[in-house]
Amino acid sequence: MAGISQKFTFTFFAGVSNNAWQRADVSRSMLGAAYGLWLILCVGFVAADEPAVKTSVRRDSKGVTLPKQVEKIDLSMSANWSEFGIKPSPVEEDLKWCRRVFLDVIGRIPSFEEFSEFAKDKGPDKRFSLVNRLINEDRYTEEYANNWSTVWTNVLIGRNGGMENRSLTNREGMQKYLRDCFARNKPYNEMVLELVTACGATKPGADGFNGATNFLAMKVNEEEGTQATAAVSRIFLGLQVQCTQCHNHPFNQWKQQKFWEFNAFFRQTRALRRYVPGSVNREVDHIELINEDFAGKGANAEKAEIYYSLRNGLTKVAYPVFLDGKEIDKSGYVSQVNRRDELGKLMMESPFLDKAIVNRMWAHFLGYGFTKPIDDLGPHNPTTQPQLFDELARDFRDTSYDLKQLIVWITMSQPYQVTSKITKDNASDEPSLGDPPKFSHFYTRQMGAEQLYQSLSVATQANRKGSLEEQQRRREEWTKQFVIAFGTDEGDETTTFNGSIPQSLMLFNGDLIKEAISLETGSWLHGLAQAKTTPTDKIQHLFIAGLGRRPRPEEVSVAQQILVKRKNEVGGMLQDMWWAILNSNEFIFNH
Amino acid sequence: MWSRFAPPSGMNRRHFMSHMAGAGALLGSSMSLGHSLRVHADTLKKNHKSCVMLWMGGGPSSMDIWDLKPGTDNGGPFKAISTSGDMQICEHMPLMAKQMHHMSIVRSMSTREADHNRGRYYMHTGYVPDANVDYPSYGAVLSHELMAQRSGLDIPPFVSVGGASEGPGFLGMAWAPFNVSSTGRIRNMEAKLEGDRLAQRRFALETIENSFIAQKRGTVLEDHRKVLGKTFDLLTSAQMEAFNVEKEPDAEKEKYGKNGFGQGCLLARRLVEAGVPFVEVDLGGWDNHTGIFPTLQNDRLPTLDKAMSALVADLSDRGLLEDTAIVWMGEFARTPRINAEGGRDHWARAWSVVVGGAGIKGGKAIGATDEDGMQVVTEPYSSEDLMASVCHGLGISLETTFTSRNGRPMKIANSGKIIKDLFG
Repeated sequence: MAGISQKFTFTFFAGVSNNAWQRADVSRSMLGAAYGLWLILCVGFVAADEPAVKTSVRRDSKGVTLPKQVEKIDLSMSANWSEFGIKPSPVEEDLKWCRRVFLDVIGRIPSFEEFSEFAKDKGPDKRFSLVNRLINEDRYTEEYANNWSTVWTNVLIGRNGGMENRSLTNREGMQKYLRDCFARNKPYNEMVLELVTACGATKPGADGFNGATNFLAMKVNEEEGTQATAAVSRIFLGLQVQCTQCHNHPFNQWKQQKFWEFNAFFRQTRALRRYVPGSVNREVDHIELINEDFAGKGANAEKAEIYYSLRNGLTKVAYPVFLDGKEIDKSGYVSQVNRRDELGKLMMESPFLDKAIVNRMWAHFLGYGFTKPIDDLGPHNPTTQPQLFDELARDFRDTSYDLKQLIVWITMSQPYQVTSKITKDNASDEPSLGDPPKFSHFYTRQMGAEQLYQSLSVATQANRKGSLEEQQRRREEWTKQFVIAFGTDEGDETTTFNGSIPQSLMLFNGDLIKEAISLETGSWLHGLAQAKTTPTDKIQHLFIAGLGRRPRPEEVSVAQQILVKRKNEVGGMLQDMWWAILNSNEFIFNH
Repeated sequence: MWSRFAPPSGMNRRHFMSHMAGAGALLGSSMSLGHSLRVHADTLKKNHKSCVMLWMGGGPSSMDIWDLKPGTDNGGPFKAISTSGDMQICEHMPLMAKQMHHMSIVRSMSTREADHNRGRYYMHTGYVPDANVDYPSYGAVLSHELMAQRSGLDIPPFVSVGGASEGPGFLGMAWAPFNVSSTGRIRNMEAKLEGDRLAQRRFALETIENSFIAQKRGTVLEDHRKVLGKTFDLLTSAQMEAFNVEKEPDAEKEKYGKNGFGQGCLLARRLVEAGVPFVEVDLGGWDNHTGIFPTLQNDRLPTLDKAMSALVADLSDRGLLEDTAIVWMGEFARTPRINAEGGRDHWARAWSVVVGGAGIKGGKAIGATDEDGMQVVTEPYSSEDLMASVCHGLGISLETTFTSRNGRPMKIANSGKIIKDLFG
């Protein structure tokens, strides 16, 4: 029984009169109406003078206040839809949308109680309130920070970073740093600056610990820091330079010279091994990322020359120059010029900094970015809705890089409100076929491995056991099974958690699923089986917990047939139904 | 005799109709999911054709293995030795030297992608990465075309051993690589369910699955259903025994080499015997920017030599080589010039691949590079040409056309030309 609030929930989900569901519908249509009104109001306001503060909000007749960037997105989308002769899908059902926003903002589906809370909310601005709860309320701070830390750990050091023996990166240190950033909503530009310029120890608890060092610690020692060069430009500036390491690239404005000029900023940096004191076998305790004087191949730190070879065998020299052509002092002495600090300053001025993050966040929520891939913003790569993209990037800089604002802009915009159901008026909007995304319906996509893990934890209340660190460690152990590394020096990797058979096998038979459907005393399912409710109620509970909806008649009928087959053993029937729910497309996809 | 509406190559009519029904139900007339139109029915031979790709992740230095330039500045320390074919190869490949009458070297590959990800994609698909279309890889294309010869096959038709390979692109997740480790052990296979419990669960699952698909929320959901179907088939199939490479006699394991790649090649042979149309076996560690020669001599080449020679000999002994294509390649090769760190960097302009089996002539060295290995001096060949040649060897018509779901026709192997010297 523990943890199952029967009375509460059935009032809202399974009551004889279905009142709650009707109420949910009413509130949805109210929101729809409010939204329409608000849109009309906004359009009316276009001509009006706006104060310079870009965070200003608009207010509609129902008192819903939204940042004006939402309107900006919607207007651009509408214009684009008209141009292509398509119409957006209707607004998504409330509870489906609720599931979507939980998954994207805090990395898991809502619990039974959270679904109920949302269904109960009758306010016209219930969606806006939910987003605000998820990003601002204390009860979600930890999960919010964890989710974004997970996302960014994978971006910065991959799923393998820090997982191998003798890795120079401490994964825990990376996560600790990122959790702290997101828990405190550190402005994005500050976070980037810290990641690019960090010095100190990689390991939590070590003297001079600075978790931000873990991004570069594994990328500076080998191959003259070329990995750091490629990763910093790609992740933070959306510029793919790795091809130009060895030659000028035909499709890229970057030339080989630029690669080595950018590379020069990382050449003072070393990752040093610090050993366990007194250890006979020189066991590595942690890594310290430092800056040291760099003399270059010319062995003269005044000039600190880097040499690289052209394909015709000629050798050329490079000094630190930022991608916009700004040069810094050539000296390799750290006391005169700290090259990474200089790089950080130059990056802070670059408009690519703004565009790269807006594109990343947009794609996180909407499945596709303004460019494909999202981290290739070079002029050779086509951009969809370039004006909107530019303006959002600028607005993001003007709001002091507040990621929570950006989340509100995107989640409250129409493309994020619409259903994933494809209509005859927008069937042509299918970016998986190769056309640019129009965002006229939500693009159904698979949950990530981490989202699945966290969602299962919540649905089966496994998240109520063990410390946060313990849960995180277990999750990473589990995620590891899907990672495949390519055999390159750049540490490229991919995942088989991609909708293929190994993933299905895991969901059919894996330990995680066995645990989720366990009937052992004390388990969630055992509690449900023992509860003093009818089998029909229990089935309804399962569907709401897993899918955020009540079962359809044919699904109830399947459950009843199974119950008969199992000679009225309710536990076994629940187990089979729960297994089916967890394996279904409706569960594993974000829609 | 052919008709515009003939089933795609290698599909029986029922299979084809089910494709059409699925595609039609989901998306109306605007698109038909990755099916191919057969043009010349009689070009197909149905002899259980297969392909084994030996993928050298990181970009192997082919001029140190298959196209040596001893005595030149770029040549490196390795000597060339004679082989059972009409060419010389590296002295550290003595076992392969005895098998080269089965295999041919194409020494005039010339490509443009020298970045790992781009090169891997290009060599696997015949297309450069394109923001707008996800192209299917070798394994997806070949298994899609060859699958109809295997109506009773439960094992996924595209198996990738010890590596990721590349995805199915617009053919959809049902043609994705089945990734296994070289031990052949498959995670989460053991379903110990009593009685008809699995059937009950399947019944419940399909009910939920189908009503969600009916809501038209995207084609990925249909793919998910297909993958579920294949997973159920595989759970209950006796054919999965083919993965049990542990069962091989010790001498056999020894012959291939008791390491990941060796056992992976042995597993590939078992899978080909079981009728799997495409197996990729991955050997990484070729990205030798520093100290390349000791790494090749002491580590990579002995591993490669043992496993590859055992595979070729074994397939030949078992009479499987005439129906099984073997393709050896990486994403590109390495700079002829040796860099200051004693390594070689990325080089795509002039390099070699090795192919054989399935009607491809053995024992030949096709094309040539110049004296220091920098340029191709004969007709250059591309990834497309190589893929077209492999398809031709396997009896897959080069007129096969895939129609992407937005109606754009795309010829198999990106309209590559057959490398004529490999045949006839």
